[in-house]
Amino acid sequence: MLEIKNLHAVAGEREILRGVDLSVKEGETCILFGPNGSGKSTLLSAIMGYSTSTITEGQIIFKGVDITHLPVDERAKMGIGMMMQRPPNVTGVKLGDLIRTTADEECAEEVLSEASDFRMSGFLDRDINVGFSGGEIKRSELLQLTAQRPDFLMLDEPESGVDLQSIDLIGNKVHDLLYDQTKCRSGGPKHVSALVITHTGQILDYIGADKAYVMGEGKIRCTGRPTDLLNTIRKNGYGECDSCQQIVTIE
Amino acid sequence: MSADSDDRVKKALGKKAAYGEDVDLTKYAVGARDGPVIEDLESSGNEFKGTMQSVGVTTDEDARSGTIMFIDNSLSHCSSCNPEGVEIITTQQALKKYDWVRERIWTAVAPDKDKFTAHTYLEQSDGYFIRVKSGYHIKTPIQSCMLLNADKVIQNVHNMIIVEDDASADVITGCATSPHANESVHVGVSEMFIGENAALSYSMIHNWGDKTSVRPRTGITVGKNSHFTNNYVILDKVGTLQSNPVANLNGPGATAKFNSMCIAHEGSDIDSGSIVSLNSKDTSAEIISRSITVGGRMVARGRLVGNAPGVKAHLECKSIILKDGGTTLAIPELEANISDLEMTHEAAVGKIARDQIEYLMSRGLSEDEAVSMIVRGFLSGGISGLPPQLEAKIKEATSMADLGN
Repeated sequence: MLEIKNLHAVAGEREILRGVDLSVKEGETCILFGPNGSGKSTLLSAIMGYSTSTITEGQIIFKGVDITHLPVDERAKMGIGMMMQRPPNVTGVKLGDLIRTTADEECAEEVLSEASDFRMSGFLDRDINVGFSGGEIKRSELLQLTAQRPDFLMLDEPESGVDLQSIDLIGNKVHDLLYDQTKCRSGGPKHVSALVITHTGQILDYIGADKAYVMGEGKIRCTGRPTDLLNTIRKNGYGECDSCQQIVTIE
Repeated sequence: MSADSDDRVKKALGKKAAYGEDVDLTKYAVGARDGPVIEDLESSGNEFKGTMQSVGVTTDEDARSGTIMFIDNSLSHCSSCNPEGVEIITTQQALKKYDWVRERIWTAVAPDKDKFTAHTYLEQSDGYFIRVKSGYHIKTPIQSCMLLNADKVIQNVHNMIIVEDDASADVITGCATSPHANESVHVGVSEMFIGENAALSYSMIHNWGDKTSVRPRTGITVGKNSHFTNNYVILDKVGTLQSNPVANLNGPGATAKFNSMCIAHEGSDIDSGSIVSLNSKDTSAEIISRSITVGGRMVARGRLVGNAPGVKAHLECKSIILKDGGTTLAIPELEANISDLEMTHEAAVGKIARDQIEYLMSRGLSEDEAVSMIVRGFLSGGISGLPPQLEAKIKEATSMADLGN
């Protein structure tokens, strides 16, 4: 599905990604751990094609196509969808209008009527993200992704800044995006793959993760089973990961 | 009208306008006062149907409380002109009919303001006269349409709107040129008088030729606890346009709101502003101007003058520059002549933020679609309740193809 080879990227003046190698197979859900500033969000932005980072070396192969220098919309049309941690305010563009534009014609009304399940029906007539709280932004992102129906999902800390009550809602919606094959819901009858950044691992209560990567200083430090790695990080912090070549990869 | 004032106005025939490029009116003939009459706007014989619809004028008259239309300088259509509580006639008819109209005319706009008002005064130009009688609240909009149909002529109209005490109405005015009347001049003097506890919402949509010169001159007086809303929309190419309506809030508690959306295409020179003079206590005003420059010249003016205690007013000029080669000049002005008031302004000129465009692209929109969607949202911000056919028009005008990309 996705293969990243020796990816280097700069953001601002600094090199943030320093040779990332990573792969996500079709139908696989991979978790990305790593301390703040290790380059996780930059990696997701680089895969999406945002101009906040510039790729200086390496390749991103998606569905067998080299997308390293493709524009953002072409990547989206190939099936990549992203939930940003801090998406920009888009003054003047209504959430409902964006959903109407991006959803398949036959699904738009269904997705809009589902907004109440996301506790978002009161937001359809509001400018996207303007004055939204942390939890509202997450729910709005997930509703937009539900309209978009990507088959490769990138989630940047889906549970951060969300109150306990809403975590359940968000976890269930992420679950639906991955596994609900009902028409107009997730990807339909296909295997959705995902790359998910999490610090707390709370999202793992809702989705089955196959593999985890740990990033440090712009590189993948190690890979392993998500729960094993999470336990190690909980116990010993990220320090051990830097020298953790003993953690066996499951490939 | 005394000989004295006639002389004064004659002198003003050579007086250039305070703003905007000068127009040599002697180069243009006076528009015909005996043009064609259109009985039925829906009929196929109405060659102007498409042009009218492009400026929000509907030919389905059931959706309107009344329609009055001028082609060049002649009255060409007036229908359902006597809905209860509304009188729609021409200004010249009203001058003959009512003493009070003779007393009021030219009190909201000075005839010697500049050559355009002077010309209109001396021509004794006709136009629409809309009167909403005291106690009537007209729910369905009244519409008027001003068409320029002959090339190299001046359309010189003088309109009056009277909203009496405890009354309210919506007026939609569409002004356009037919394709063969490109190089003409539109001069429209409009005087609006709003009584006490009354409201007028006035929406004006323009669609001119790329060589047309447009010089509206508008004055509004607003009485105690009354509300005036002005929406102004120009999305297509125009030669030169200069407009700066003045609202005088003369009664306590009166409010005025000016919203405008303009696109300055390559070759267009638009100088569009609004002035609100807050002359009575606890009056308030808001001026919101949104414009896009795609290679043209855009001057966005706004001026608030606070003359009474308790005044509250805000002015906002925002402009997006989509293409190099044009100019945007935002001139927000606040004048305070008393201490107990609060007036603010906000001006911003720039491009669309890249992260917003890419965010929409990550949902599958092309770059052009993303820019159009943001531009459309930007222009519409602050204007609500526009006629549905105009919403479609805005969508079309903000597509990147129409923005010249």
